[in-house]
Amino acid sequence: MRIIDTKVIEDAVYGAALKAGVNLTQSCREALDAAYRTERGGAAKFALGKLIENSNVARDMGMPVCQDTGMAVVLLEIGNEVFFEGRLLEEAVNNGVRRAYADGYFRKSVCDPITRKNTADNTPAAIHAEIVRGNKVRLTFMPKGFGSENMSALYMLKPAQGTEGIISAIVSTVERAGSRPCPPVYVGVGIGGTFDGCAFLAKKALTRDIGTHSDREDIANIEREALKRINELDIGCQGFHGNTTALGVSCEWAPTHIAGLPVAVNIQCHCVRCVKEEI
Amino acid sequence: MKKLALPLTKDQVKDLHAGDSVLLSGVILTARDCAHKRIFEYIKEGKKLPFDLKDAIIYYAGPCPAKPGMASGSCGPTTSARMDSFAPKLLDMGLGGMVGKGEMCTEVAEALKRNTAVYFAAIGGAGALYGNSIKKSECIAFEDLLSEAVYRLEVEDFPAVVAMDCHGGNIYR
Repeated sequence: MRIIDTKVIEDAVYGAALKAGVNLTQSCREALDAAYRTERGGAAKFALGKLIENSNVARDMGMPVCQDTGMAVVLLEIGNEVFFEGRLLEEAVNNGVRRAYADGYFRKSVCDPITRKNTADNTPAAIHAEIVRGNKVRLTFMPKGFGSENMSALYMLKPAQGTEGIISAIVSTVERAGSRPCPPVYVGVGIGGTFDGCAFLAKKALTRDIGTHSDREDIANIEREALKRINELDIGCQGFHGNTTALGVSCEWAPTHIAGLPVAVNIQCHCVRCVKEEI
Repeated sequence: MKKLALPLTKDQVKDLHAGDSVLLSGVILTARDCAHKRIFEYIKEGKKLPFDLKDAIIYYAGPCPAKPGMASGSCGPTTSARMDSFAPKLLDMGLGGMVGKGEMCTEVAEALKRNTAVYFAAIGGAGALYGNSIKKSECIAFEDLLSEAVYRLEVEDFPAVVAMDCHGGNIYR
C-alpha cells in the first residue's frame, strides 16, 4: 500500500491546470502547422496563420491560449494500492482548480444550470475516477471549452447500422456543427458501452494525441474514413472553407448490449489542451 | 488587408464584402449571453441602456481577467449563433455591427441589409492574440455578470474577416 496525501493531488491539479491553460498539446500544434502548409489559401489560410501566431503569443506571454479556459475535466486513474489521506479527494481536486484559475488569470466559466449564477471560481471540476492496477495515480487535466462541447451528440443506433452508421453519425455531427465549434476540430468518439459510459469514452478519446490510432484495425479504419469524409465537407478553418475541417478523429470502444449500438461524438475545437502527470 | 478605424460610416460598410480580411482599430463593446438577456430586460421595461448602441460594434466575447500590467486577458470571440434572436432588434435600434464567430441566421442577414451593417468573424480560439490587440479595457455596465459584463475595449489592428455583409454576401455559404 502507498499512502498519498491529497495535498499532492491538489498541487498536481494546480500545476497541470496552469500549464494546460496556456499551451496547446504538441500534437495539436503539429497538426495546425501541417494544416497551414497544406491549406490552399484565402481566409482559411489567413485564420490558420493567426492561430499559430496565437499559440506562440500565449506560450511566450503566459496568457490563456483561448479565453474559454473551460470546465475543468479531470481524469484520475488510481492504482488499487493507493490509500489517500488528508482532505477528501474531490475537495483537493477542486481546490487545485480554484487556485489555478485565480493565479492564472483564467476565466471562470462555471454556473448554476437554472439560475445561471456563476460559481466565480470555476469549480466544481468534472471528475472521473477509475481504479487501475498499481500504486500510482495518473492525472489527466483537460480544460473543455463549450463552443465545441455544445456541438456534441449521442446516438443510440440500431446494431444493423453497423460501421457505416457509426461513420455517418460522426460525419453528420461535424457537418451540422459547421462553423460554430471553431474548426478545425478534434473529434472524440465513443462506440458501445451504455448511454453514460459511451459519452465518457468519447471524452476519453480526446485525451489521446492527435494522429494516434486505435490498436484495433477495424476501429482505426473508422477513424481514418471518418476523418477523410469530414475533410471533404469543405467547412474549413473557422468555416471559411478549405481542406482542413478536422485535425483528427479518435475512437474508444467498449462492449455493449446485443440490442444497441451507442455512438457518442464529442467535439473539441482546435485549442486542444491536455496535460498528463503521473504521481 | 483593409485597415479600418471605428466607428464605420455607412459608405465604408457598403465597401465591405464577405471574405475581406480587415484590421479594426477603435472602440468595441463586449456583450454575450447574459448581457444580451439584461439589455432586452432594459428594452422591455423601457429603461435607458447604460451605453450608446448607435453605430457601436458589439463583440460577442467574455474576456479572461487581465494580468497585472496588461489591459486585458485573453479575449477571443464566442459563438454568435446564440445571439441570433437578439441581433436583429439591436441592429434596428442603430447598432453598427457585430464581431463574433460562426454563421448567423437569415433574420440577421436581413437586418444587416436593412440597416447597412456588417458582421465580422474574429478568429475563434485566438484569445491571446486578441487580448494583446486590446490597449484599454473598462467595464461600463452589468459588472455583476463578471466575464459576461459589458466592457468598452480600445483595440488596435484587431484581425477579422467580413463574414456577412450588407449586400447579402455570406462567407459561410
